[in-house]
Amino acid sequence: MRDIASILPLRVDSLAFEADGKSLLGPVSFDLPKGGITAIIGPNGAGKSLLLRLCHGLLVPTRGRVNWAVEGGLIAGRKRHAMVFQRPVMLRRSARANLQHAAMVTGAGRSVEDALEGFGLTHLAERPARLLSGGEQQRLALARAWLLEPDVLFLDEPSSQLDPGATRQIEAILERLAAEGVTLLMTTHDFGQARRLARRVLFLHRGQLVEDADATSFFAQPRTEEARSFLAGDLLW
Amino acid sequence: MDVTAAFSEAFRLILGADPKFLGIVGLSLRVTLTAVLLAAIIGLPLGAWLAVSRFPGRNLVIVLINGLMGLPPVVAGLVVFLLLSRSGPLGSWGVLFTPTAMVIAQTLLVLPIVIALTRGTIEELWREYREHLASLGVSGIRAVPTLLWDGRFALATGLLAGFGRASAEVGAVLIVGGNIANYTRTMTTTIALETSKGDLPLALGLGIVLMALTFLINGLAFGASRIGQRFAG
Repeated sequence: MRDIASILPLRVDSLAFEADGKSLLGPVSFDLPKGGITAIIGPNGAGKSLLLRLCHGLLVPTRGRVNWAVEGGLIAGRKRHAMVFQRPVMLRRSARANLQHAAMVTGAGRSVEDALEGFGLTHLAERPARLLSGGEQQRLALARAWLLEPDVLFLDEPSSQLDPGATRQIEAILERLAAEGVTLLMTTHDFGQARRLARRVLFLHRGQLVEDADATSFFAQPRTEEARSFLAGDLLW
Repeated sequence: MDVTAAFSEAFRLILGADPKFLGIVGLSLRVTLTAVLLAAIIGLPLGAWLAVSRFPGRNLVIVLINGLMGLPPVVAGLVVFLLLSRSGPLGSWGVLFTPTAMVIAQTLLVLPIVIALTRGTIEELWREYREHLASLGVSGIRAVPTLLWDGRFALATGLLAGFGRASAEVGAVLIVGGNIANYTRTMTTTIALETSKGDLPLALGLGIVLMALTFLINGLAFGASRIGQRFAG
């Protein structure tokens, strides 16, 4: 039975995207039920980031549909899915003001002070966000997304530009968010990260969803030749 | 009068707070500041709108506005003169040869600078912020307040550039103001007039004030950019 306070499950139905007459994605179909971390992996150009942007509504699909359990993924007029980008976009303001801006424009219910505290940013609150380190900026981006009370959080390579220490912090936050009940759909190039975090893996290759599997079985026994080659480190294109 | 004596007299006018001298400086500042304020009120939102919107002919509008940045002041003066002259479409306002006409002419000169610099600044910010703001449900025209606020230091530099152009121009205010003593005589028009009459001290004194103003504007622009880096990143 569906949780009526959630926008999930998400049903991605024959989703396709073309640009300049060239197919970049799809058709792709899958369901995203409530809970857990799902990793989208695949080589560069496979369509991973594109898929996230289509699901989040930043791009309009050429064909197919993104169906939320609640129309538009909105509850009480507020969008309940958020996105964190590979390179966090920081407004030219303090860390606190970045959060206040998100809260103001979305009417978010959570408190800015709780977000600062929960993501270890209180001591950085008055610092210009663009002058924070990469890890601190990504924590701020996650805090900003958390502020919006998302049911689903889309993450595009959230730690690809970070050192191992900062990556560990980000992964700890992602696990905490998942434990709090936020459903995470993230792209990653890092197999280790997908192994550590993901319950489920979507493997994309050349814009097609080649494999949709439980993470443990995907890494132990990939079903397709493409996935086997990818995991073996062969160069796919 | 030799040049040394002229300089000495010029400094006496500046330091002695000569009422006539101060009147000219005050009118110039009043006209220019009002023009820049009007240009900011109109130009900032218009430039930002131009940055975030897409419509047929947009590129043409951008080229026209960029071209108008180089509008010769005498042409701006002539246009305003024709508009405000008794037989012109705005002749009934009765403001030709008044400070109001000078404000209108200078606004016309500063406006393209403000619009063009705003568009450039905001377009760059929009490229960077677009996905994030769209993710928050803020798109197009609704993004303008955020973009204007985050571009505030760069935009302040643009306004100062506009102030610099307006305060230094002579052609437009001369045509529409008429250079009437104690009424529409500004620093630049006085310098032109007094130099031609051979009254160097007043021209030199006003020239020194104008130069000081130019340095002040550049200092402020530099300061705005530094403050921006420090407080906004």
